[in-house]
Amino acid sequence: MRNIYEIRQDFPMLQNKQMQGHDLIYFDNSATTLKPYSVLDAIAYYYTNITSNAHRSDYDLAFAVDQAYENARLKIAELIHANKNEIVFTSGASEGLNLIAYGYGLRYLKEDDVILVSEAEHASCVLPWMRVCEKTGARLKYIPLNEEGKLTIEAFRSIMDANVKVVALAQISNVLGYEVPMKEICEFAHAYGAIVVVDGAQSVPHLPIDVKDMDCDFLTFSAHKMCGPTGIGAIYGKYEWLENIDAWMLGGGSNARFDACGHILMKKPPAKFESGTQNIEGVLGFGAAVDYLQDLGMHQLHAYEQKLRHYIVSHMKRMENIRLYNEDAQSGIITFNVKDVFAQDAASYFNAHGIAVRSGQHCAKLLSEQLKTAATVRASLYFYNTRAEADEFLKVCANADMHTCLDIYF
Amino acid sequence: MDDMRNDPMMLRSIIMDHYEYPRNHALVNEEAYVQKHMASDSCIDDITVQAKIVQDRIEDIRFDGVACTISTASTSIMSELLKGKTKAQAKAIMDNYFAMIDGADYDANVLEEAIAFYTVGKQANRIKCATIGWNAMKELLETSEDDANEQG
Repeated sequence: MRNIYEIRQDFPMLQNKQMQGHDLIYFDNSATTLKPYSVLDAIAYYYTNITSNAHRSDYDLAFAVDQAYENARLKIAELIHANKNEIVFTSGASEGLNLIAYGYGLRYLKEDDVILVSEAEHASCVLPWMRVCEKTGARLKYIPLNEEGKLTIEAFRSIMDANVKVVALAQISNVLGYEVPMKEICEFAHAYGAIVVVDGAQSVPHLPIDVKDMDCDFLTFSAHKMCGPTGIGAIYGKYEWLENIDAWMLGGGSNARFDACGHILMKKPPAKFESGTQNIEGVLGFGAAVDYLQDLGMHQLHAYEQKLRHYIVSHMKRMENIRLYNEDAQSGIITFNVKDVFAQDAASYFNAHGIAVRSGQHCAKLLSEQLKTAATVRASLYFYNTRAEADEFLKVCANADMHTCLDIYF
Repeated sequence: MDDMRNDPMMLRSIIMDHYEYPRNHALVNEEAYVQKHMASDSCIDDITVQAKIVQDRIEDIRFDGVACTISTASTSIMSELLKGKTKAQAKAIMDNYFAMIDGADYDANVLEEAIAFYTVGKQANRIKCATIGWNAMKELLETSEDDANEQG
């Protein structure tokens, strides 16, 4: 990977940005990431040089937008080793997961069919399927996690049966950051005739992904968690599935023909799912973000992040005042608490030292059985975080207790 | 009172004391109590406040829930401060408390231990924690006023 300090020059938010009188240390990358100038420039380029609508017109400007738009689709496809026509733009991973749940679920699921999710799933991966269950009579079942909060292939195998039609799982959980053995899960699920929907919101930004090798049926992700703009994301879907699930939104751009008798001829995927004027600036910014990550190299980026995480965790686990929940997670996510301090109080303490971390509550089952706490603090890393930031974070961690967490108010 | 604001150790110990030993910290199942559940969508706090209001007086205040130091301590202090007060007295104290949190003019003398939160705005995101229990009580009082007016 390029020199870290050279990389940081690419990010406006990393130039002398202060929070509470300290240099900003941005450790909330699982929530959203910072954007390089190249992404901002791509967005500005659209508005300053090629403003016009995509897929609509015969003049040169519009043709240039079409090319830029479809070129971004190609870049995103290449990032995850998909074909270009298997990438559908959405507003983000949440819209993607909803589109798949309704587009597939309402069309194919019936009474007593089973949708499998895990006990640690993000709301966007569970709630759409709950709605589908209400409408179809299908049932939602939860794969139990082990005492560390991990989803094992054994637990998955033991709950899998012929009633399961959909397996919907995050490749990396946003709470504990463990990676799920997705390739094995896909193989096993397919043997039972189930489809696998992968929430890639926390994995695609951080790992090299090959959807053909993984063999998932769908994968969703968001641009803003990988240096891109907010409000844009994508679905990968095997082309035959994209042809055979329903678009949940109809309108301009998605239909080829319609008449007054109600006959609608839909366009082929991915256009079938992209009704109305699309988030063109978002798509172009997304493409620039993928270029940026590809230039760094996903393997290199992941290795750097792992090394930094390992460094932080090896120190944190020796601190008496820190309770660490996911020592060996292979992601940038570090989940912990300061002993005897409520997570939100700890998060404010970090804020007072210029460090952005997230405090969060977790789904009732996970917290009671695995974490045994109502809430945790989550620090999440990305490739632009440095060893110096890690040292400062560790220093602040070492001094955290109930007294220092309250001193920030006075 | 003004002296206490210059004594951060004292203010911190007030907050710690009410967090570690919250007062009036158990709900009751009695018809005479009205209650308000507060679950913020932008923070973790999830608390319930109960009040027993007889005619013009707040006879009892109770609360429980999952909450941070700031919301637990501020609600505990509120429960002690407003218990036994008339509605008008309670309203005057509340107005002063919210004025203090908002950075407006306020009378420190009526706030007693609640003065501990006068700098909570240093952590902007925690203002809602310092007011969650107070807002619950405010709603309970307003509802009780409305009921009184309807009956009157």
